[in-house]
Amino acid sequence: MLQVDQLTTADPKVSLQDISFQFDAGNIYTILGRTGAGKTELLRALMGLNPLVEGDIQLDGQSIAKRPVKDRSMSLVYQQFINYPHLSVLDNVAFPLRRQGKKKAEAQLLAAKMLTTVGLGDFLQRRPAQLSGGQQQRVALARAMVKKSRILMLDEPLANLDYKLREQLREEFPRLVAGNDDSVILYTTTEPREAMELGNTMIVMTDGRIVASGPPADLFAHPPTKDAASVISDPPISFISGFVRSGALYFGEGQLAPNNGLHLPPDGPVTIALRPDAIEPGGAFNATIGLSEFSGSETIVHLDFDFGRAIMLVEGIETFEAGSRLSVSIQAEHIMLFASDGQNITTRTK
Amino acid sequence: MNKFYHILKTLFLFGWSLFVVFPFLWALTTSFKDANAITSGATYIPWVDYEPSTQGWTSLFTTGSQGINIVGPFIDSAAVTLIASLVSLALGTLAAYGLSRFEYRLGFVKNSDITFFFISQRIMPPIVLAIPFFLMLKELGALDTIFGLVLVYVALLLPIAVWVMTDFFAGIPKELDEMAMTDGCSPIGAFFRVILPNSVPGLVVAGMFCLIFGWNDFFFAFTLTFTETQLLPVSIVSLNSSVTPWWSLSAFALISVAPLACVAVIVERYMSRGTMSGAIR
Repeated sequence: MLQVDQLTTADPKVSLQDISFQFDAGNIYTILGRTGAGKTELLRALMGLNPLVEGDIQLDGQSIAKRPVKDRSMSLVYQQFINYPHLSVLDNVAFPLRRQGKKKAEAQLLAAKMLTTVGLGDFLQRRPAQLSGGQQQRVALARAMVKKSRILMLDEPLANLDYKLREQLREEFPRLVAGNDDSVILYTTTEPREAMELGNTMIVMTDGRIVASGPPADLFAHPPTKDAASVISDPPISFISGFVRSGALYFGEGQLAPNNGLHLPPDGPVTIALRPDAIEPGGAFNATIGLSEFSGSETIVHLDFDFGRAIMLVEGIETFEAGSRLSVSIQAEHIMLFASDGQNITTRTK
Repeated sequence: MNKFYHILKTLFLFGWSLFVVFPFLWALTTSFKDANAITSGATYIPWVDYEPSTQGWTSLFTTGSQGINIVGPFIDSAAVTLIASLVSLALGTLAAYGLSRFEYRLGFVKNSDITFFFISQRIMPPIVLAIPFFLMLKELGALDTIFGLVLVYVALLLPIAVWVMTDFFAGIPKELDEMAMTDGCSPIGAFFRVILPNSVPGLVVAGMFCLIFGWNDFFFAFTLTFTETQLLPVSIVSLNSSVTPWWSLSAFALISVAPLACVAVIVERYMSRGTMSGAIR
């Protein structure tokens, strides 16, 4: 349905590099990447807000790369909650319908229905400034959805909300966008959990490129490249230089790494990736605790080993004193191996 | 300590208000006096200190030896100031929007240079412009006409409008324009449907400046008009205080500041930037 070919832009901050992708109707694509990865740039380029240096955008086989923004059948919800301050909530949502040529009464009726769907049926006559942040974002979402655009793009729509509102809107999101079978939804986020929860296809971006795409669970289980692996986990995966010699896996300083169940590549350098849950308290490896922080019901511990730094995730709230020594074990089933060109070369013996 | 500062602040504001308002009160009380009240020592309160007379006010609308008749100059001043302010505001707002939203480049000239060019027109002393304006209006046959004065005033007021509105538009997030375009507006449509309705405070401030500068200008009104067209500032200066009674002069002075005072009171509530809240968070 939406096809982008070799999309390249020249924005001084982040430019897209040769992006090609096929987006199919009825799917929710979550675009995951760190700040500056090019997610917003991609949406803006698709929308026509940022000029293309090269490449083409096709909607249903028709090139739309040179169409004005208003004629692209796309909607965009910004990270900031952008609404028209001089209009009531009802007129904000009716605004795009009026531009489509609908009569005022019809536009307001449709807008009121959409606002009821997003839970703002009691706030029709208020101004955006009289609403909370979460409500303002719902207005922006309602305005984007009421148009029934072929492409609905949401640029980190929950990023500016507090934790509770974020959780609430995240839970409601599938209900809000249900029924958009003819359209494509693109949802950018910096949070792996959000990307995996909301999308049926996940796209990972770094440095203006798409470095991986596919079903979220597959990508999480087997990120194809080190770049992709560096983004898809929160807390992040730790990368440690190592090598394989004579059928054994070693960390950089020559310390033997667990490799049971791993099919090791031929002798040579590798990057050993440790998922946060690969490390557990109690075991043969000694590390110095660098930092300990709580994240909800988990404890994230930054460890300094002789061979490098790694992050350990511990279920529950536990206190670890910074600077003290800790013995840990490393579980081989949570280790991944990457070749020097960044490709995932992890294979496991059955 | 807070109470002390509150009292100090109140006293200061009261004193300052008195300092500002007193000349107006003095002019107001004088405008209702007659020769007896003027010459019988210091008198302040009508009906108590002196018997009020409307002679000063009626003389403003009377022709002949007893009258001043300010109706003509008042209408001329109002016409020149309003037309020039509206034209300057319209052109200045469009120019400012262009400068704040689009990048222009001609050789080494960039947006900031164009903005500075507009502002630089106000840096020159008026006397530098007087002779060129005089010669140009003479060539156009527009000397001593409302049309000629409007042309000159637009040239003088446009930089103010551009300056104020450029600054104002810079404070409106570009995302608002983009949002309007994604919602189906053309760039021009986005300006008229979304940006302009949200620019009322800026327009009010720019409009106020234009009105104040236009209404109060004496120099160009004096050098570019003779007999056919006369604006209020020239008219009031041309009155001889040894011939024209003080009560008439006082009434004239009050009439000449009244329009600006009224406009200021009416538009004061729009002169807040708060209307952009709710646009972006």
